[in-house]
Amino acid sequence: MAQTTTQSGRKIKLEPWQDPKEQPYLRIEKVTKKFGDFTAVDDVSLSIYRGEFFSLLGGSGSGKTTLLRMLAGFETPTSGKIFIDGVDMSNIPPYERPVNMMFQSYALFPHMTVEQNIAFGLKQDRVPRDQIRVRVAEVLDLVQLGRFAKRRPHQLSGGQRQRVALARSLVKRPKLLLLDEPLGALDRRLREQTQFELVNIQEQVGITFVIVTHDQEEAMTMSSRIAVMNSGWIAQVGTPAQIYEYPATKFVAEFIGSVNMFAGRILEDEPDHVLIQSEEAGCDLYINHGVPVPLGTPVSVAVRPEKMSISREPPPVDSGRNVTRGTVREIAYLGNLSNYLIELDSGKMVRITQPNFNRLTEMPITWEDRVHVSWQPFAGVVLTQ
Amino acid sequence: MSQPASSLKTSSSRRLLSRFGLSGRGLVVLVPYVWLLLFFLIPFAIVLKISFAEADIAIPPYTALLDWAEGGMLTVKLNFASFMFLLTDSLYAVAYLNSLKIAFVSTVLCLLLGYPMAYGIAKAPASWRGPLLMLIILPFWTSFLIRVYAWIGILKQEGLLNNFLIWLGVIDTPLNILYTDVSIYIGIVYSYLPFMILPLYATLEKLDDTLLEAAADLGARPVKAFLAVTLPLSMPGIVAGSLLVFIPAVGEFVIPSLLGGPNTLMIGAVLWNEFFSNRDWPVASAVAIALLLFLVVPIMLFQYFQEKQQEAAKQ
Amino acid sequence: MMRRSGFVLTMLAFGYAFLYVPIILLIIYSFNESRLVTVWGGWSTKWYVGLLHNQQMLSAAWLSLRIAALSATISVILGTMAGMAMARFGRFKGRTLFGGMITAPLVMPEVITGLSLLLLFVSLEQLIGWPEGRGMTTITIAHVTFTMAFVAVIVQSRLVSLDESIEEAAMDLGARPAKIFFVITLPIISPAIVSGWLLAFTLSLDDLVIASFVSGPASTTLPMVIFSSVRLGVTPEINALATIIVAIVTTGIIAAGVIMARQERIRRIDEQMASASNA
Repeated sequence: MAQTTTQSGRKIKLEPWQDPKEQPYLRIEKVTKKFGDFTAVDDVSLSIYRGEFFSLLGGSGSGKTTLLRMLAGFETPTSGKIFIDGVDMSNIPPYERPVNMMFQSYALFPHMTVEQNIAFGLKQDRVPRDQIRVRVAEVLDLVQLGRFAKRRPHQLSGGQRQRVALARSLVKRPKLLLLDEPLGALDRRLREQTQFELVNIQEQVGITFVIVTHDQEEAMTMSSRIAVMNSGWIAQVGTPAQIYEYPATKFVAEFIGSVNMFAGRILEDEPDHVLIQSEEAGCDLYINHGVPVPLGTPVSVAVRPEKMSISREPPPVDSGRNVTRGTVREIAYLGNLSNYLIELDSGKMVRITQPNFNRLTEMPITWEDRVHVSWQPFAGVVLTQ
Repeated sequence: MSQPASSLKTSSSRRLLSRFGLSGRGLVVLVPYVWLLLFFLIPFAIVLKISFAEADIAIPPYTALLDWAEGGMLTVKLNFASFMFLLTDSLYAVAYLNSLKIAFVSTVLCLLLGYPMAYGIAKAPASWRGPLLMLIILPFWTSFLIRVYAWIGILKQEGLLNNFLIWLGVIDTPLNILYTDVSIYIGIVYSYLPFMILPLYATLEKLDDTLLEAAADLGARPVKAFLAVTLPLSMPGIVAGSLLVFIPAVGEFVIPSLLGGPNTLMIGAVLWNEFFSNRDWPVASAVAIALLLFLVVPIMLFQYFQEKQQEAAKQ
Repeated sequence: MMRRSGFVLTMLAFGYAFLYVPIILLIIYSFNESRLVTVWGGWSTKWYVGLLHNQQMLSAAWLSLRIAALSATISVILGTMAGMAMARFGRFKGRTLFGGMITAPLVMPEVITGLSLLLLFVSLEQLIGWPEGRGMTTITIAHVTFTMAFVAVIVQSRLVSLDESIEEAAMDLGARPAKIFFVITLPIISPAIVSGWLLAFTLSLDDLVIASFVSGPASTTLPMVIFSSVRLGVTPEINALATIIVAIVTTGIIAAGVIMARQERIRRIDEQMASASNA
């Protein structure tokens, strides 16, 4: 992996998508897919690099599954091209693509044993019989299903079926593994455990994974990068941290985690800070980075609930910025955290999350208390769309 | 990586097909398509054609429709005589109306008997449903003709039913059932009952029991809950079952010819007689065309529901 | 609730009695010494002996069985193709007409189908000299035409309820469409295809009207023989024949039931295994 030297002389590792010399492994170029009048995928371009664990994250109808099915070859793009390892996939049918897919329903062949299911793909490639045996055994080991080789799918539990499906799609060592909601059918506990397993297996086999999911936590936990999709568009591409901390649009900010959004207007715009007037917030908002928009532009400022704090006393340094007042309306005690719903004096409701440092403080903040709400200059993100 | 060269080879049979502009997929549609066009659709065109011909003593017994007149002019001789005949002789009108009436009444009777049965089977314990359903289908696998014939022995004047009723003392003189409309109703309901029960069962079985519980919880009495929830939700089954009974029953031949009498004229038997006894092919064709016209709407309705059901199953 | 379930039970009892009493009476009277259906003349098996010596009946039965087996087989092939096209090929040119031609034969009155096919065969013979006369070939073609609709509908509904991604998975793993059909789809839908074959076989064996139209003088099927003898009056030989058919069908059904019960037991054990090994 490439390295670069920062100004301070410290060497840091360069991720493939930051390295201009790296060639993308999967390139999606201006791909559009229409079903009749309905545009499922709208002019999407993406570059995914070798060894990535890439997530397509979106709600239902966002076009993420259609995009995945175009990669597998089950749908043909209305326009645009898909390149895998430099090869144009336009005229290559699914059964000749160097891509395998793990289906949401697992799609195991009900009339074949686990072993036969996994060997199926190798048989299509006329791999010699003894090699098939070795490779099936290897991959069964990888997913820890060795002793279930002779069983039929209906003799397995949900989690085991999921692993058979994974093994079956891995055994051909595809250039690209597509996973359609791979954990969707598992219950919560099994899902969390399997998330880590999946990441481990990906690291062991070194195959590039593209995964479709609607579960933001799942995407955040597993992915190297995430593409957030909304009604056929890609709203933002970035690492989980980038997407959470620097959402590009209001949609992304609201889709990932929860957020408080304040409408306002830019009063001051300097390279090192902006000042925004917001009636909703009841105070001016100060943010320690500049934005490339003219003065007076209507903008939104997004502040995450855990980046705000509440207190009965005014904060020690009260500059009149990023500090406002409100009344506690609801409290949800979650053990490690508490969620507060505060009605600001402007009438705007905001959500604040506070860790519970102390055990049952003597005078906890409670319903109908008047409180100060404050946050740091780095907490807000200015959004123009 | 592991993409073998063999997968890039095109097999020779595929190349052969594609030389004719065909894929294997195209062939899958084309073969049954051509079969149905040739043996199902074109025959109707021929029936239509012959219904406009004139009966003739020849082989085949009708005149040609197209003629090469002198000078090479193609002339078409349309003969409406057969259709006029259908309109003028009241026998046909009576037969058509009687067929529609008998089919309608039989369908209603089938529904009245079939609905509670389908309901009962659908609500039976799960392990009973299979055998109960099997018992509905079982008679269907035995000869239809023989099952209709069985009713002759039962319904005759000196038959088993009359003997039984006289023995019971319910009646003194034997009832006249055989060779009336009643015996035809019995025959049709008996033969077509499975066609009514199966689609009804299919919809009733899918019905969520909690819907009825919810209705009861909201204060609906059982009868009210049935009318407000079960009945509307089983409508697709009612329509499918009714059409599956009604349409073939209109053109039924075997039942009226075995169980019906001279006063129970049905159009299927009329067609049969025109064809086999009178050897009047044009009139038989005209009868068939007129019967089809009666049935076009119900048949299209049936297709519409069939298609909709398949769509729903896909979801 | 109580009163309605009483009503439902009554109707069920009445319905089953209605379906089975005629068949049971038929069987009982097949052992009747007397020729009169309504008079019990003591036990006898003479009608069975008579049936075995009825050469016309036997050869008609043999012809009917051959036609039924042949037409059911062709009908299963064509019907499966048609069901496949309807369930899997999405929108193709002429799909509406195709769908119409598949469902219409399900309800088309037999007299119309029979007449139209006969007229087709006559016209074809005039035009191209085929089929030469009418007989087993024309009856088989006619039976294929009306039974393939039933097969197509059965196969189509099975395919519609089959998860399409199973076939996509096979394609994704490198199998070509034809291979997918034979290695994946066909084994999975085989129960539907078997029941389609049995249905087509029964419908063909049972058909009087269509066969009467398209048969020739030398080809008399079993229903045609039964019909003409029944028309002449009640004959206990037909009762004997009915008893034999019922016996064969019942044996078959019981055998199928036993097999199904065993599979069900295996499935239940499998499920227990699956939940026990849930790790």
